[in-house]
Amino acid sequence: MESRKQMSQDITLEYPIKGMDFVSAGEASSNIKHTLQLIGFSPAIIRRAAIAAYEAEMNIVIHGSGGVLKTVITPEKIELTAEDSGPGIPDIDLAMQEGYSTAPDHIREMGFGAGMGLPNIRNCSDEFVIDSQVGKGTIVKAVIYRT
Amino acid sequence: MKVSDILNELEAEVRCGETSLDRDISWCYCSDLLSDVMANAQKDSIWITLQTHPNIVAVASLLGLSAILISRGAEPDPETLNKAAQENIPVLTTKLPTFEAAGRLFMLLNQQSS
Repeated sequence: MESRKQMSQDITLEYPIKGMDFVSAGEASSNIKHTLQLIGFSPAIIRRAAIAAYEAEMNIVIHGSGGVLKTVITPEKIELTAEDSGPGIPDIDLAMQEGYSTAPDHIREMGFGAGMGLPNIRNCSDEFVIDSQVGKGTIVKAVIYRT
Repeated sequence: MKVSDILNELEAEVRCGETSLDRDISWCYCSDLLSDVMANAQKDSIWITLQTHPNIVAVASLLGLSAILISRGAEPDPETLNKAAQENIPVLTTKLPTFEAAGRLFMLLNQQSS
C-alpha cells in the first residue's frame, strides 16, 4: 500500500495572475506542483498537472491581460480553472489547432506563442472545457483524475 | 552522469546553482520553444536553449530538469540567475552553438551507457 497523507478536506488554491509579467509567471504553477507533491500525488499525475497549470498560467499572462488561476484538489482529482478578462477567442476550433497562435512577435521571440499551449492542456487532461466570449474573456477548465 | 561531469567537454561555465552540480543527467532536450519543452522534455534532462529570460527557470523547475545550458554565448538575464539560484537549478553557459553542444553531450552520454 502506497503511503500518502489522507486528505481530510478539499484544498482550494487561488492565484491572481498579472498580464505580461514574465518574471513572476510560473510561480502559481510552481506552488500548485509543490502542494501536489506534499499531498503525495504520483510523479506522472504531478507532471500532467504542472504542464496544464503552466500553460494555463502563461495564457493568462500573454493573452488574458491578467486573471485568476484556481485549483481545487480532492482525493479523486485535480481541477484547474483559468479565468481571464482578455479579448476572448473568436474561433475556438482554430485556437485548439496545434501551431495556431495570435501571440505578437516580441512574445514569440521569447519562445512563447508556439501554438501549443491549449493542445498541451488538453493532452494532459482527462476533461477539458473552454468557454470564451469575445470582448469579455476566456475560461479554461482542465480536470485530471488521480487514477 | 552528473552535471559536473559535462562542464569540460561542453566548455561550459557555471553561472549559478553550484550546489546542485551533482544532479544526474539522464538525457537532453534542445528547444527554444517553451511549450515544446513542457510537452517533451523528460525529468532529469539537461535543456539546451538560446532563451535567456527568467521564465526558463519556471519551465526547468516544473519539469524537474537537471540543468539549463544556454548556448552560443548568449547571456542569461540577471533575473534569470537570481531565480535559478533560489530554485537551486544550475544555469550553464557555453560559446558552443546548440548543435555542437548537443553533439558532444550525446557522445558523452552514449559512451557512458555502452
